[in-house]
Order: sequence, then C-alpha cells, then structure tokens
Amino acid sequence: MSLIESLPRVRRLRLPRADGLIPWIVPLAIILLWQVACVTGFVSARVLPAPSDVALAGWKLLLSGELVRNIWVSFWRASVGFLIGGSIGFTFGLANGLSQLSSKLTDTTLQMVRNIPHLALIPLVILWFGIDESAKLFLVALGVFFPIYLNTLHGIRTVDPQLIEMGRIYGMTDGELFRRVIFPGALPSIFVGLRFALGIMWLTLIVAETIAASSGVGYMAMQAREFMLIDVVVLSILIYALLGKLADSASRALERLTLSWHPAFQKH
Amino acid sequence: MQEALRFRPADAEAVDQPEFVKQARLLRRDADALLRGLSLTIRGLRKSFGDNEVLRGIDLHIPAGQSVAIVGRSGCGKSTLLRLIAGLETITAGTISFGEETRAEDVRVMFQEPRLLPWARVLSNVEVGLGRERTSPDAQARADSALVEVGLDDKRAQWPAVLSGGQKQRVALARALVSRPRVLAFDEPLGALDALTRISMQRLLERVWQDQGFTAILVTHDVSEAVALADRVLVIEDGRIAHDIDVNIPRPRRRGSAELAALEGSILKNLLQGTEDTSDL
Repeated sequence: MSLIESLPRVRRLRLPRADGLIPWIVPLAIILLWQVACVTGFVSARVLPAPSDVALAGWKLLLSGELVRNIWVSFWRASVGFLIGGSIGFTFGLANGLSQLSSKLTDTTLQMVRNIPHLALIPLVILWFGIDESAKLFLVALGVFFPIYLNTLHGIRTVDPQLIEMGRIYGMTDGELFRRVIFPGALPSIFVGLRFALGIMWLTLIVAETIAASSGVGYMAMQAREFMLIDVVVLSILIYALLGKLADSASRALERLTLSWHPAFQKH
Repeated sequence: MQEALRFRPADAEAVDQPEFVKQARLLRRDADALLRGLSLTIRGLRKSFGDNEVLRGIDLHIPAGQSVAIVGRSGCGKSTLLRLIAGLETITAGTISFGEETRAEDVRVMFQEPRLLPWARVLSNVEVGLGRERTSPDAQARADSALVEVGLDDKRAQWPAVLSGGQKQRVALARALVSRPRVLAFDEPLGALDALTRISMQRLLERVWQDQGFTAILVTHDVSEAVALADRVLVIEDGRIAHDIDVNIPRPRRRGSAELAALEGSILKNLLQGTEDTSDL
C-alpha cells in the first residue's frame, strides 16, 4: 500500500524541469546534425541550405515585412475557411444527430460528396473563382467540413442512452437535455473531429496556395523556387510545420480546459 | 456474520457512521411533516413487447409507506413492472394509479447503474434530481443536505470518475432523494456492488426509508436482500404474481438471523419449483 502510494511522488520528483524540454530534444538534435552536415560540405547548399542560412533568409524577409504579411494572409485564410466549413459541418452534425428527418434528408448526399477528394476540385474551383481569396476559402471550408460533420454526428449518436433516459426521468426539457447531457457527451468526439480538421486545413491551404495564389506562405515558396531561393523554400516549409503545431497545441489546450471531467485528462 | 463484519477491508464503505446520521436528522427536522408515501394500486396490468407478453395480468395494492421487494428469475418481468410504475414504459392494458394526485418529482427511480453525468460535479449531479425545481434559489442547499444524508458531503466538488462504485451509487441515491419523492423505485440498485459495500448500502437504504417514509419498491434477484429490507416480498413468475409474502420480522433485522434465513429458504424453494434441473442454480 505504502509503496503504491509513494510511486507517483517518485515520478514527479525525477527531473522536474526537464519534462517540458524532452519533446524538443529530437528536433533540436536534427537541426544540429543538419547544420554540421551543411558546414562540413557533406550536403551541398544547392540541395539543402544550412539552418543558419534559413534563419538568415527568414530574418531578411522579416525586415522587409514580406514574411509577416504572407504568414498573416495564410493564417487569415486558414481560420476563416475553418470557421465557415467548421460551423456548417457542426450545424449539420447537430441537426442530423438530433433529427431523424434531417438525417434521412441529407446524410446520404453528404456521404457521397465526402468520397470526392476535395483537392480534385481544384481545376473546377479555379474556373469558378479564379485565383481569388474565395477559391482558397472554399477549398479549406470543404476540407474541414467533413471531419467536423462526421465526428459531431458520431458524438451525438453515441451519447449513453441511459443518461438520456435519466435526463428525461428527471424532467429535463429538450434544451436542458441538449445542454447538460447530449452536448457534453458528444464533446470528446467533436474534439477528435476538430484536430483532424486542423490537419486538413493546413494541407488544403498549402496545396491551394502553391497552385493558385498571389500571396501567402505557399505563394512565397513557389516564388522562391522560380528564383532558386532554396533557403526561402525551406523556410516556408518550416513555417507550415510551426503553424500546424500551434493549431494542434491550441486545440489540445481547449480540450484540457473543457474535458477536465474526463478521466483521461485528470491530473494525478 | 456480525463478527466477520468487524474486519472490514479498507475499500468496503462504512455508511453507517453516527455523526452524519445525527446531522441528517437535524437537517430533516424542519422538513414538512406531511411528507409520506403514496399508496399504489395496479389492476389487470399487461405489457407486451411485440408478440412477447411479459406481464400477464398483475393485480396489486401497495399501502402508503410500505416497502415491497419484487423477486423472480431473470426475464420474469420484474424490471418491466418497475419501469411501468415509474412511467418509463407505456402500458399495454390495465391501470396503475396512485392514492393521490402526483407531481413528476413524486416518483423517482434508482437504477443498477448510477447514471451520473460524468461532466458534472457531484453536487450538480444531485441538483439534477430536483427536476423542475432545479433553478430555485435553495437548489444547492437542498442538494447539499441530500449529500449529507448519504454521507458524501465531503465529495460535493469531485468528478464522478474519482468515486468508487458504492460512492457513485450513493450519489445516485442522493439525486433520487433530493426531490423528496413519495414513491421510490429501485431497479437492482446494489447489483453491481461488492458484498460488503452492498450490506452497508442496504443499511443506508433502510435508514432513509424509515426516516422519509416513502413507498419503496425494490426489484432484486437477491432473496436475502429482499427479506432483509422489505415488509413484503412478491415473487413474480411468468408475468404473474406467484406469491405474496408478508415479512413480519421486527426491525432492526439482524443479518444472518435464523428467522431471516428460514424465510429466505422458503422463498428460494418457491422460486426453484418448476425448474426441472436445478443443478446449475
């Protein structure tokens, strides 16, 4: 008994500050190796520029204001597209999860559309919207729609029917039942959809920006390729990685905040 | 039996601590005195699911404040009867009537599973039991006193996930009690608990029943539980009441006493009659 009780304490005592750093050891080591490989001439600068060169290119672009402008444009596209597609997906997920009629009416159609890879629509989207902002927003919204829709629907359909019966016995109105039982019960699944959607959001945006855009991080990378600025190409890729990581961390933080009741998120 | 109980392992929950019993009685003193059970009359009750007739004509009168245990083999229709009384199923034929006009809060059910909302703290889970009075200003105080009643007032701010099985069931009991129901239906409420927790929960159920005077209907497959807790035991067989037995053993009943054991034995004998092969029971 006493041994078991002392176990978690022992774990907490070990390297108290290093815990947060452990995930960064591997990326830092890779950068270090990369730098060494470039400086020693093992890798040609034409194939892969050294991290220091990439940082330098980033610094120059930062000073010219181009970097911030392009990141902002990409970020704006990603979030607006996400909001539009996510809220439509969420609404359909709720409607089809709660109403038989709505589900019968729309679910089959949506499942058919889901099987078309949304990136296959790029030629059509360019014909419809040109290389305007709306083309990118449309593609991001379409890509984000399905994971949110499917997981919201799944979350609502799998809420424990015993809890719903309990809510009804205790006289909950439909609104209360939704607010106190159905929505919180569906939330873990909705978060799974959210994180899938964030991944798809960046993927779609990268493809859309490299094919049809006149600004944004993807456009910056394509421009750099034309001028053989390989350091800027690598920089763009790294920026995408960081933005993706940022979005994922934000959704994790939100998850921890709203799912603190869930055994998986409880601190011991 | 009593001797053995003194050596309770740490995880068996003692719910009969005298401090909170006293506390609970104090809190209850100002509750209205006219709170009492409702009588219940069932006439010619039938229930079918498709072609399967589960209840085939039940006639039953339960006086106000009585505690009735319903036993029977699985599939005999005892849970269906309870769900019909609680209004969870629609009646195929016959009537169920209470002695007086009832509010929705007057009839409460406690299930085998605690059915707590995992995303609500213990106190909010109990507040759910207030029904339409959930939003009244004294909701929290009432939920608190219901938690005191089951001895869990120190857990009010916990998530249900950290509670043990017995504690969850006590929260479910507090939720059922908080609206001061006049009929409380139990559907195998202790079926999922370990033996020692069961015994202390049985004492708790007996105590709140004696204190609050509601009409208690307990569905159980455990005949010893039925004779320990109830004034009357109904044996259901093939959708009909096969036996109606009064338990005239004074309370507090001593677990394992010869009287209880004799009664339990005779009920079990009744239950096992009609089974050709009892070797697997």
